[in-house]
Amino acid sequence: MSQPAALPVPGAASVPTIPLRELAPWALFYGLLGVLVIFFVTADQGAVSIPSGTALHEWVHDGRHLLGYPCH
Amino acid sequence: MNARALLIRGLIAGLVAGVATFVVAYAVGEPHIDTAVSIEDGQPHTHSHDEAVEEEGGIEVSRDNQKTWGLLTGTLTVGLALGGIVALVAASTIGRLGSLAPSQSTALVALLGFVAFVLVPFLKYPGNPPAVGSGETIGDRAALYFGFVLVSVLAAVASTYGALKVRERLGTYGGVVAGIAAYLAVVVVAGQLFVTVNEVGAFPADTLWFFRRASLITLATMWGVIGVVLTGLVSRLYAAQTAEAERRQLAAGL
Repeated sequence: MSQPAALPVPGAASVPTIPLRELAPWALFYGLLGVLVIFFVTADQGAVSIPSGTALHEWVHDGRHLLGYPCH
Repeated sequence: MNARALLIRGLIAGLVAGVATFVVAYAVGEPHIDTAVSIEDGQPHTHSHDEAVEEEGGIEVSRDNQKTWGLLTGTLTVGLALGGIVALVAASTIGRLGSLAPSQSTALVALLGFVAFVLVPFLKYPGNPPAVGSGETIGDRAALYFGFVLVSVLAAVASTYGALKVRERLGTYGGVVAGIAAYLAVVVVAGQLFVTVNEVGAFPADTLWFFRRASLITLATMWGVIGVVLTGLVSRLYAAQTAEAERRQLAAGL
């Protein structure tokens, strides 16, 4: 990658990167888990219900409103 | 620096943010939710609160539980989820955003995350208090909201990647301007194309504004605390690893 002329600090230690291959399984696993958790707290038992009912919706009701999600 | 170290720090940041967000939401937001619920109870409605829930055969959750344990459940779980996700996204950017230090990359990811995941979607589809919104349109409104969030986040990721490419040719200034312009172009056009939802009706304007302001403060607390705590932890982690590497180099040179 060519460096632009504007880069400061000659000889500064370059920052190490985390190989994407190492990152991928973490991102996949935690990404899925995180999205699932966010779905259940912010959207479930509104438009889509898994499981059916309103218990979860009612329990996290105030959080869903204040975090700005469409609640009902 | 590895994925595990970043994820653990993200979870710590998310936990702190979840607690802080609960405190702020309870103090700033709950009074307006109470007002909205009392307005809601005075009108015929299509969805469930209190007595209505029992009619539907559901489980009733008292207002006291909703505004304490229920709210805490929501802020903690969302905090942990977001903290971990922000940390892993930060992990992928460290060392790849020009000459930014790991802590600077982390702070930038949290800032862009707040803008793309929260602030811009809020401008198009702001949060609503109880009593605003028809239960019959929840499907459409949820699809529109999450669709807009998806467009905004994808645009932010693509714009950041594009900004890095432009930077190679035009330098940092050109790259940053091009990236922001590209992101704005996408979300402004999307904002025009996505249907506007207005189901406010006769709901009092003051309560609506107070609620939305409280909602934005709640969200800013969540992302602000995640950003600040995670940036601090990453900064310390990098400093410790740099010091360790220097010690080894020194020892090897003896």
